[in-house]
Amino acid sequence: MTDSYTKAVNSGFTKTLAKKLGLPRPAILRRFRAGDPLTVGPVLVVSDDASTTDADALAKELLGWGLDVRRQPTDDARWGAVLLVLTETQRPTDVSAAVLATGSVLRRLATNGRVVTVSRAAADGDAPALAAARNGVDGFLRSLAKELRAGATGNGIVLTDGAAVDDTSALATLRFFLSARSAYVDGQLLPVGPADAETPADWDRPLAGKVAVVTGAARGIGAAIAKTLARDGATVVCVDVPAAGEGLARTANAVGGTALQLDVTADDAGRRILEHARTRHGGLDVVVHNAGILRDKLLANMKPAQWDAVIAVNLEAQLRINEQLLGLDGGDRVEGLRIVSLASTSGIAGNKGQTNYGYSKAGVIGHTRATAPLAAAHGGTANAVAPGFIETEMTASIPFATREVARRLNSLQQGGQPVDVAEAIVFLASPASAGVNGQVLRVCGQNLVGR
Amino acid sequence: MATRKPSGTSRNTREANPSAPAGVRDAVIVGGNRIPFSRAGKKYADASNQEMFTAALEGLVARFGLQGERIGEVVGGAVLKHSRDFNLVRESVLGSSLSPQTPAFDLQQACATGLEAAITVANKIRLGQIESGIAGGTDTVSDAPVAVSEGLRRALLDASHAKTLQARLKAFAKIRPSDLKPLTPATDEPRTGLSMGEHQAITTARWGISRAAQDEVALASHQHLAAAWDAGFFDDLVTPFRGLTRDDNLRADSSLEKLAKLKPVFGRGLAEPAEPTMTAGNSTPLTDGASTVLLSSAEWAAERDLPVLARLVDAETAAVDFVHGHDGLLMAPVHAVPRLLARNGLTLDDFDFFEIHEAFASTVLTTLAAWEDADYCKTELGLEAPLGSIDREKLNVNGSSLAAGHPFAATGGRILATAAKLVAAKAAETGRPARALISICAAGGLGATAVVESV
Repeated sequence: MTDSYTKAVNSGFTKTLAKKLGLPRPAILRRFRAGDPLTVGPVLVVSDDASTTDADALAKELLGWGLDVRRQPTDDARWGAVLLVLTETQRPTDVSAAVLATGSVLRRLATNGRVVTVSRAAADGDAPALAAARNGVDGFLRSLAKELRAGATGNGIVLTDGAAVDDTSALATLRFFLSARSAYVDGQLLPVGPADAETPADWDRPLAGKVAVVTGAARGIGAAIAKTLARDGATVVCVDVPAAGEGLARTANAVGGTALQLDVTADDAGRRILEHARTRHGGLDVVVHNAGILRDKLLANMKPAQWDAVIAVNLEAQLRINEQLLGLDGGDRVEGLRIVSLASTSGIAGNKGQTNYGYSKAGVIGHTRATAPLAAAHGGTANAVAPGFIETEMTASIPFATREVARRLNSLQQGGQPVDVAEAIVFLASPASAGVNGQVLRVCGQNLVGR
Repeated sequence: MATRKPSGTSRNTREANPSAPAGVRDAVIVGGNRIPFSRAGKKYADASNQEMFTAALEGLVARFGLQGERIGEVVGGAVLKHSRDFNLVRESVLGSSLSPQTPAFDLQQACATGLEAAITVANKIRLGQIESGIAGGTDTVSDAPVAVSEGLRRALLDASHAKTLQARLKAFAKIRPSDLKPLTPATDEPRTGLSMGEHQAITTARWGISRAAQDEVALASHQHLAAAWDAGFFDDLVTPFRGLTRDDNLRADSSLEKLAKLKPVFGRGLAEPAEPTMTAGNSTPLTDGASTVLLSSAEWAAERDLPVLARLVDAETAAVDFVHGHDGLLMAPVHAVPRLLARNGLTLDDFDFFEIHEAFASTVLTTLAAWEDADYCKTELGLEAPLGSIDREKLNVNGSSLAAGHPFAATGGRILATAAKLVAAKAAETGRPARALISICAAGGLGATAVVESV
């Protein structure tokens, strides 16, 4: 799925022309490749006075990852990232110096650079000034992300319930935001709570030894998820409807996994997935609910079959499979199960002609939040990823003009790749991310609609 | 891949299979995979045997996670085969996700190719020569080889051997216009010049098999196959290919009325009072497709956490003298089965399923009639009493070739995987061993039969 405009404005004569004309120039985003450095340059760690201890702790962790870490803004560097630590801020007036220090280096932020804030969530019982200071970061980060250029992104870690900055899950999230894995995640603030998470032996293979199931794995985003899970060490069970078996076999053979031809809407789909994973691979650790269908129609013209099919595949199937895997139906339970569901920006902002799809995807967000504590009771998590405009066969079929507008309506001025969605899923499925639970992570390049 | 042989194997398998000779262990069937079968000239019109067999292999590899695995041997073949496909199976393996160190060879026994491949693989496993093997077959009528005439072939060969231009020109000068007509492939019996259908028409008439009885077999085949597809029976036996997700010869809406309307196509030249009864509805159509079956030792499967459906207990092939004798071309399995049963101490009553390949509906019916006929059993099979009848409820319960179609070499793999899954399900349901008898007739008066039993 090519984005020829982005290619043109980044190479040769058309690049010069685009510059001269002042045309928008979406950057070629840097994506994860094993062995590449974590960031594209040195990392500046700044904080307000009260948060210095936390900033020091984080700087030490970054040094441990082999990064070039600086504590003072200087003119000589081409910055790979700026880490703005505001965890102990008490009043809005406290943040001024740190925020302006961040601003002072933005003109020298490298292509595909990163700005990451670390703050605490406003909570019940906070003094009004404290709540203001904490919540202010939200609006600051989202605005800043829109100011960044050349593939640079801005994202925030929001610590909840007394989580420490150097908790494994906070560090895993920081690593994700700093890395090329989060190429198309922009303008997002992700709450991270305290959790008993294990640090991976190898950050590049966080899923080593894990067994993951992906539904809808025959093609598109599902195939990318399977490949990314396998790249990061997981044994992958690829699930799709029997009719999609040819593509499914291709995916399974590409990732060295197994193909399970199964309709996820079957009553016993969850039990059959579990039985396959257990008998063939000795267990189940991750389930990715990716299978989804579209039956777009204006509600006035909607046929029962169009509404019902979308709800059955996109929502009911996920619910039933989760019930069976979590033992909520009275059956066997999977301990420590990591659930990641595919939501959509359509489920957040709505989309004309997609009342059925929007209902199903907003439903996914609803059940993810409700499933989170049920999963956590047995050491698991439930999260969702909401992709924006992703370059797939499906979006390639959108008429040219509509597609061009849709793919530019975000801070990165381009569509994401299936692998961008997959990277977010792998991050949420990884053992180190246990503190992220019940969240919806948008992979949308900071789409202009919704949050 | 592990090639170790766990100790104590032979003792354990002797207990599991008392009929096996000493030193022989079980060969188990792990599962199968085929592509949907397609009527000639349709979805797979431009698919080669190699593409189809590779696709069937790839689906099997994906189902059982065999990527990079060095399989002991892959054995298969095709009945209609290009000369360039001399290493068809090996070439397919090289194009698959299996380890390129997987050996393979081609084998051919007409329509019994697929089953004979499985028998060969099973025997290697039973003898401990290999731990795992894949058996299968593929055939395409759509992509069949077209040969040149004998005259043109001779001239081309002479020209290629010629050393001088003059000699080469001389060789070409021998070509006559009539030599330029291509030879289309024929499946007629070389010794009689009769097609298989015409041969079977003679047998059908001799046994007095009625048109209605044949149409009933055909209808049951379609109904059973359709029900099996609807029940998801083939979800773990078939992987779609080129956009085809079901056997496209299947007519779920077939009826006796529709079948009765078809005109007979074979046996129209038979002498009175014989009526032609064989139609396109109760004869298998020309079909493209490929199938595979994964077999192994019980240990190999256990080491890989692979399921085991059944074991291939024993097999018997037979041939009849249809040229000079008076037996029908497709009657060889009738001879093979009594010998197979006697060797294993079994009777027809000991089986839960009968998989009798439906080359024609009347092949199935003449086979059953022969086993019930005291005179035939005595004079032709040398039996004291009729072999017996079978419960028709146990016959081709999930459909057979009349509905699925019959890509010659691919039929054995289809039937074997189906039978293995059937006995496994039956045993799981009843808690006692289940058994299936497989019978496949073939051109040349050949037939292959086998016994499959749950584990």
